[in-house]
Amino acid sequence: MGRPGAGPRFAEVTMHKNVVDALLPIGALIGALLLFGLFVWLGGVSPVETWALLFKGAFGDWFSWQNTLTRAAPLMLTALCVALPARAGLVIIGGEGALVLGGLAAAAVPYLMPLPGNIVGTFIVCVAGFAIGGAWIALAGALRQYRGVNETISSLLLAYTAIAIFKQLVEGPMRDPATLNKPSTRALAETIQIGGIFGSDVHWGFVIGVVACLALGVWLALTARGFSVRVVGGNPRTAQLVGLPASGLILLACALGGGCAGLAGAIEVAAVHTNANASLIAGYGYAGILVSFIARHSPVAIIPVAILFGGFGAAGSLLQRRLGLPDASVQVLQGIAFVLILASEALRGVDWKAAGERFRRSMQPKEVPLNSTVKPT
Amino acid sequence: MSDILLPFLAAILGGALRVGVPFLFVSLGECLTEKSGRINLGLEGVLVLSAMAAFGGSFLTGSPWMGVVVAAATGAALALLHGLLCSLPRVNDVATGIALMLLGTGLAFYLGKPLIQPQAAQLPPLDVLHMMGARSSSALFQSALQVNPLLPVGLLLAVAMYWAFGRTRWGLLVRLAGDSASATKALGYSVNGIRIAATAAGGAIAGLGGASLTLFYPGSWNEGISSGQGLIAVALVIFARWSPLRCVGAALLFGGAGAIGPALQSIGISSGYNLFSAVPYVLTLVILVISCRPGKVAEGSPGELSSAR
Repeated sequence: MGRPGAGPRFAEVTMHKNVVDALLPIGALIGALLLFGLFVWLGGVSPVETWALLFKGAFGDWFSWQNTLTRAAPLMLTALCVALPARAGLVIIGGEGALVLGGLAAAAVPYLMPLPGNIVGTFIVCVAGFAIGGAWIALAGALRQYRGVNETISSLLLAYTAIAIFKQLVEGPMRDPATLNKPSTRALAETIQIGGIFGSDVHWGFVIGVVACLALGVWLALTARGFSVRVVGGNPRTAQLVGLPASGLILLACALGGGCAGLAGAIEVAAVHTNANASLIAGYGYAGILVSFIARHSPVAIIPVAILFGGFGAAGSLLQRRLGLPDASVQVLQGIAFVLILASEALRGVDWKAAGERFRRSMQPKEVPLNSTVKPT
Repeated sequence: MSDILLPFLAAILGGALRVGVPFLFVSLGECLTEKSGRINLGLEGVLVLSAMAAFGGSFLTGSPWMGVVVAAATGAALALLHGLLCSLPRVNDVATGIALMLLGTGLAFYLGKPLIQPQAAQLPPLDVLHMMGARSSSALFQSALQVNPLLPVGLLLAVAMYWAFGRTRWGLLVRLAGDSASATKALGYSVNGIRIAATAAGGAIAGLGGASLTLFYPGSWNEGISSGQGLIAVALVIFARWSPLRCVGAALLFGGAGAIGPALQSIGISSGYNLFSAVPYVLTLVILVISCRPGKVAEGSPGELSSAR
């Protein structure tokens, strides 16, 4: 990524740049935790206790770890729904809609066809989720490519529409009459549900998420198609000059990203809820936006960031129980982190040596120019 | 037929006048922001946070008008943050808007937790028919025309903004910053300064929209108070082609569209309620598809606006 022709300092400059690239988000996250501590302190809650519980609830013991990793699974996939279109130059924020429809599709498959009661059934259910999620986000991409509609707005409008469709079907034609208080669809057969990894509470969806992040990271970095997507996103003019099929590549990135979010919904249904109900609308799509931005839209970097924010989500209920903080406290932390991460972009590429020199010089007393026309009074 | 149609129309009219008010304020706020050359998607967060602040202000002081003032101040503060952040180098206005959307709703849910149960003093309704000296034989229309007292404020504001953009020094400066940053600089004005001021003022206007959500019928604070109205309003500005006057019509149209579901329910049709709640979103999408053209800048859009390109 360094400038060509930078000469012998090329390696040094790239090194320095990579270190700063990694340190900036970490610094922003630490700043967010400090600000969050200040925020709860203003409400009369001890910040030290809050930080301690935040990490205890996230990574304190095996029980917390299982909770954290279970939450990280959908986060990785919804973050990919932001990251892939972003690499193609689109800001898609409607992952929640793809997730919800993916879950709905997964629950709908058994209504439409008999499923084999083994891993093939699970696979079909996941493919259904992937397909509908991909189609939903590709629609936002197509509206932008062919009609010039802003994809950020349209994807969010599509998300609200998806939630309305979800509620209509779950409370109406697909409702299992046995679910009285909480309208839900019929549960998936136990044989096609996704179970825990080696007997733990962490389901295989976590592995699917990690594999998806790694595979798409390799796809972007090493394949010609992935490289073309990055060219289209990085410099549309160049892409046009080289003759890349921009629209097709953008639609591909949107479909893959949306597919991941749809897959997240299908996995949530098959592994966590066993049926589609309103609990599926849990905000993973929105948290995925934050995860992707912190990971700078790099699929591989999404894995640790998703685990971190899955952990904060897991710690939320502990904060609620022990300190009486509202359940939205994690959302506040996410919001602060998002703002600081974006603000930290301003520090990227700052020449610290020159800035230090300027600062040092400004500290010294100003010299009066020799031929000053200003007469001392 | 008319015994069904009349209540339905009355419910739509009442809904348009009620639901349209928040749309009106947020779209006017966004219009001002975008005229200065920035897009603020964070107005969704501004709307929710100021709705909470309005309710809290009214609850604590006992005066709904204090609630309105608090809402405007809160909206301005959150939007000011957007304006300042976007003035930093390499900070993108769309991404910042998304961040403030999350932060605003998070703060509102956190701080508004104790406000879910209590009642706060509400704004007194304006009886339009009574003021015009007219009377309607239908009680339904009479209640539909009990409008939010902030509605005339919004209408006046729209006219004032229309006049200001065309005739005043401030309005022309905002448009200048929105159309050409380099020309603004050449004339010796601070582009960032103008944009920060316009964004904060836009946030204050959107804050009035928040106040109209919680301080007028049905008048309570809950976490589902807004589901994307702030964002729809951003799309409305494109539809209104950046004209404050057209924002009025667009807001009332969307208010009416949002009222279809409840209106049908009021005449006994309740199936498909969830689908009808999606009408405003779908309508917005359809309007965007119709009014946008690929590769062509939307008519009337400020030249510096990244979203319109």
